[in-house]
Amino acid sequence: MASTEPISVSPQTGTGISTHAQVRRVILCAGTGCMANGAMKVFEQFKKEIASAGLHVILELRAEATSDEVRLSKSGCQGFCQMGPLVSVVPDGILYTKVRGEDVAEIVEQTLAGGQVVERLLYKDPTTRKSCRGLEDNPFYARQNRLVLNECGFLDPEDIHEYMLHGGYQAARKAFVEMSPEEICKKISESGLRGRGGGGFPTGRKWDAARVQNSAKKYVICNGDEGDPGAFMNRSVMEGNPHSVIEGLMIAARAIGANETLVYVRAEYPLAVERMRRAVKDAEREGILGKDVFGTGFPVKCEVMEGAGAFVCGEETAMIASIEGLRGMPMPKPPFPAQSGLWGKPTIINNVETLAHVSRILNVGAEKFRSVGTPESPGTKTFALTGHVANTGLVEVPFGTTLREIVYNIGGGVTDDGGKISKAGFRAVQIGGPSGGCLTQDHLDLPLSYDSLRSVGAMVGSGGLVVMNERTCMVGIARFFMEFTQRESCGKCVLCREGTRQLLALLDDVIEGRADEGTMDLLEKLGHAVQVGSLCGLGKTAPNPVLSTLRYFRKEYEEHIFEKLCRTGRCKALLKPEIVELKCKGCGLCIKACPTGAITGEKKQPHHINPELCIKCGACGTACKLHAIEGV
Amino acid sequence: MASTPVAVDRAEKFEKVVSILDRHHRRPSGLIPILQAIQHEYQYLPEEVLTYVATSLDVPPARVFGVATFYAHFALEPKGKHVIRICDGTACHVKQSLPVLNALHEKLGTSEKCKTTPDMMFTVETVACLGACGLAPVIVIDEQVYGQITPERALALVDEIKGYEALQGVASVETAEQPSAEVAHG
Repeated sequence: MASTEPISVSPQTGTGISTHAQVRRVILCAGTGCMANGAMKVFEQFKKEIASAGLHVILELRAEATSDEVRLSKSGCQGFCQMGPLVSVVPDGILYTKVRGEDVAEIVEQTLAGGQVVERLLYKDPTTRKSCRGLEDNPFYARQNRLVLNECGFLDPEDIHEYMLHGGYQAARKAFVEMSPEEICKKISESGLRGRGGGGFPTGRKWDAARVQNSAKKYVICNGDEGDPGAFMNRSVMEGNPHSVIEGLMIAARAIGANETLVYVRAEYPLAVERMRRAVKDAEREGILGKDVFGTGFPVKCEVMEGAGAFVCGEETAMIASIEGLRGMPMPKPPFPAQSGLWGKPTIINNVETLAHVSRILNVGAEKFRSVGTPESPGTKTFALTGHVANTGLVEVPFGTTLREIVYNIGGGVTDDGGKISKAGFRAVQIGGPSGGCLTQDHLDLPLSYDSLRSVGAMVGSGGLVVMNERTCMVGIARFFMEFTQRESCGKCVLCREGTRQLLALLDDVIEGRADEGTMDLLEKLGHAVQVGSLCGLGKTAPNPVLSTLRYFRKEYEEHIFEKLCRTGRCKALLKPEIVELKCKGCGLCIKACPTGAITGEKKQPHHINPELCIKCGACGTACKLHAIEGV
Repeated sequence: MASTPVAVDRAEKFEKVVSILDRHHRRPSGLIPILQAIQHEYQYLPEEVLTYVATSLDVPPARVFGVATFYAHFALEPKGKHVIRICDGTACHVKQSLPVLNALHEKLGTSEKCKTTPDMMFTVETVACLGACGLAPVIVIDEQVYGQITPERALALVDEIKGYEALQGVASVETAEQPSAEVAHG
């Protein structure tokens, strides 16, 4: 083992020795997804195999390195979760997917010792059937514009030195030493950065509003309470590049004159909590956070707090209540938190992804930041691409990219229930979580931005993008979100508390065959009432999934209501199992399978289902080898 | 005076609570981290502990109970030894997480209302989103994440734990000690 000292990096200048570049490096993705698939086993196996192949393993950045050394490190989420565990070899530029412990010996022997590629572990493009060696020829990565996510897949999130060697904390230093708070706010305003948490409020304006407040005490809060089901980009950034979040917080603190900052992380993300806490400790140890930041005499403190499982706490005023130890209930605005927030002091709350953009803006300049995206929505946005799509994972693209590009080119196309590519299978895309809406085939060429999505009744939200195939019942999806918001409503506003409950009951009527011609009208009227009668974003947007499906999938609602038919067969109450007499050979398998004895018939004669006794469990359909049972 | 085991238990219980309260400087603003620490210790929030916390922080019990019932993470009832959480986020939902939940409920005799088995071995609950959407559908058993799960695989995992627990039962009768072997996760 090499025993040289770890590289020391001066926090004042950020410079260090950088001869490490020539060393061959094996990077293992250690995001939640890859860890669940056994990445740690692979990591341990690598340690063993590299050593037994006569190569030296280095686990930390070292000043001196020789050619027979291999640096083994973990990275944050690389975004290609479905193909994990992921292993990259640099500088060779190879990306191995679905690596198991037993594959490690081959990688060490072939690639690390022999310089060859292990063909079978490369990613195969499902449409062209071509193997992709690395990121450049892999359509999932090559078509993205990874600015925030790039470092997530490369840096060791638990090593502050590595972050600093790659220019980390340079922007914070600049903000503290060279820039005035006014200049920082101006720069961020010029960049046009808008809140990535969903609302899209201009960040520079928010900061400026807090900056001009005359108060000795101010706070900056990082909103890591990513509650939207189907979104995990904030988790990835906190796990993969926690220092970029801290750097953003520090710059924000400098911009508004705050010396206390806080990261509020969802309790469902234990790894993110752990990595954020460690990053704060490391930054304190290096003298970056503390009583005297960069020798300016300005103190900045950072705390990490775990949420306790309430979706509404993603709302600014509810989050403040939660930090104060109260029930997370929103307050009317104004006063805005920038005027009177935590403990009545000026407070700004920024999303994780927003803060992760900040240091880059100071480093490359507002103009460079604006060079991607649209004039109104500059920069890139990370979407969590999930559902019925070949490549699921995190996708960072400039604003203005079309849904088609994301779903078909980056995502590799829509899949059927078995996971196979299905050309005509596209039904809808749900964007923006419970606050967003469902978009159809007609919206595939819509350039995504804050304003374009709002115009079609959806929302960027936190960026969840769930693709659904034609076997998905859209009324069922509307119900799914309604159940979620109904459960998560804090109960303060009557229209949100009771309205969401009634909307859910109406949707149940549709799904269970009790709805009549007045139901859709009632859904629409009540939806609009909930929108105007609620205080916070949760209630104001809660009816969006219902209203957007009513708008774009009205025919499906009509089928459920008037024909008592669900074309996907997912709504059990509407199923009408029937035995096709011509196909039934009277084998009796279905009689045996039926748990309620609803099927009768003589041997070798067509059988019958008694609809009174049938509970629509579908057991007969599974049992029948001749596919003679329809409607299950 | 010799105290009964129950009384010792109670004294120990409150000793831990006191140290948690002290660690958080007995500030009412720290109520949520205090409750989190207590739950971490006991797996749930016993009623008498909540009342004790209210008195110690000098706030009305209603406020402590209000917070404890507002947040989904706080449990007022004890959970089973093994907690199975099924993710029902959007991605898991469209990839059929409900059949997994139903299969587990059916196997363990649990339901949405009654989440824990009578022998206190298993608790089955749903969570809104675990943020592992790329692996949908996902379940978490005792902090271990399992991706791309099917009803069959979920049931097999339960059987694995049951088998392990049965072995443990035999072993503890024989040696009256807990062996440290872990369940093999596949």
